[in-house]
Amino acid sequence: MGHDSIGPMVTSPDEARLAHLRRLRLAKDVMDRDWAEPLDLEAVAAHAGYSRYHFIRAFKGAYGSTPGQYLTRRRIERAEELLRSANLSVTEICSLVGFSSLGTFSTSFKKQTGLTPSAYRDRYVGRAAGVIPGCYAMLWYGGRDAPAIRSQARAAAAGGPAAGGAAAGGAEDSNS
Amino acid sequence: MIKGMSIVTVWVLDQDRAKEFYTEKLGFEVRTDMSIGGDGEGGGMRWLTVGAKDQPDVQLTLMVPSSPGLDPESAEALRTLVAKGVLGAGVFTTDDIHRDYEALKAKGVEFVQEPQERPYGTEALFRDDSGNWFSFTQPREEMDFSKPWDGCVSD
Repeated sequence: MGHDSIGPMVTSPDEARLAHLRRLRLAKDVMDRDWAEPLDLEAVAAHAGYSRYHFIRAFKGAYGSTPGQYLTRRRIERAEELLRSANLSVTEICSLVGFSSLGTFSTSFKKQTGLTPSAYRDRYVGRAAGVIPGCYAMLWYGGRDAPAIRSQARAAAAGGPAAGGAAAGGAEDSNS
Repeated sequence: MIKGMSIVTVWVLDQDRAKEFYTEKLGFEVRTDMSIGGDGEGGGMRWLTVGAKDQPDVQLTLMVPSSPGLDPESAEALRTLVAKGVLGAGVFTTDDIHRDYEALKAKGVEFVQEPQERPYGTEALFRDDSGNWFSFTQPREEMDFSKPWDGCVSD
C-alpha cells in the first residue's frame, strides 16, 4: 500500500483522536481486503501500529466488536454468498473463506445464521438468490453483532477454541 | 420537475489535502475554490468543489465538518464517522477499470477491494484520503447473473 500508517501531523487532541481512528480503520481494511487469508492478529494490529492487547480494546471501542468477531462475521457473510451462488462443496467454501477447521466453520456459521451450511444451502437452492447487492446486505448485517450473536460468541469463547483461525481465536480468548 | 443531481457533499477532514487527493490522484478538476463570510478561525466557509473532466454537470463539494456551520458535537461526530471509514460516498464509473485500478494504486490510493466481477460490472472499492469509501465500477451493458453480488464493505 502506498500510504503511511501514521497519518498527517498531529497538532491537537481532536487530530490525535482522528489519527487513532484512522490507524484502527487501516487495520480493519486489512481484514476487509484479505479476509480469505490466514490473518494473524499480531500482523493486523501492526497495521494500526498498536500492540495486540491495545488493538483489541481500541478496535472494540471504535467498532463494537473484537477484531476476531469482526473477521469471523465477514467470513461467514462471504460463505453465505458462496453457498447461495457457487457450485462448491461446504468443505471447499470453508477453506476459501479462511477457516482451517470444518467443525469451527460449521459452528460459527450456525451461530451467525441459525442454520448449518448444508441446511442454509438447501434453503436457497433453486430460489432466486442474489437480488440484493452484497454491499447493502452487509449494511443490513450492520457494524455490530446482534445481541444473540454476542451472547453466543461469549459462550464460544468460554467453551473452547474460537472461530476464524489465529486472529479470531486470539481476539476472543483475550476477551473472555 | 427535477432535472438531475448537480452537487453532492463529501465530508472530508482537511480541504487542502482533499483537493490534492481528488485532483492529483483521481484526476478531477477544481470547479470552485473560494471563501465566503470572511477568512480565518470560525469565520467563513470555504466552498471547494471538484468534478470529473468528462462530466461538467456534476460536482462534489468537499466540506469539512466544523463551525460555524455545525455545532461542535455534531462536527466531532461527523469527523469520527469519516475517520472510522463508516461513510460510503458513492460510485464512480470508468471505461477501463483494470487500467485505472493499476494507475490509482500506483499513486497510493488505498483500495479495500481489487476489481471483481459482479452482475452489474467489474467493481473495486477505494477510500479517499479522509476515509470515505467509494465504489469504482466499469458497468456491464447487460446484467450477468452468473456473477456474485458480494464484495462491498459497509464500514
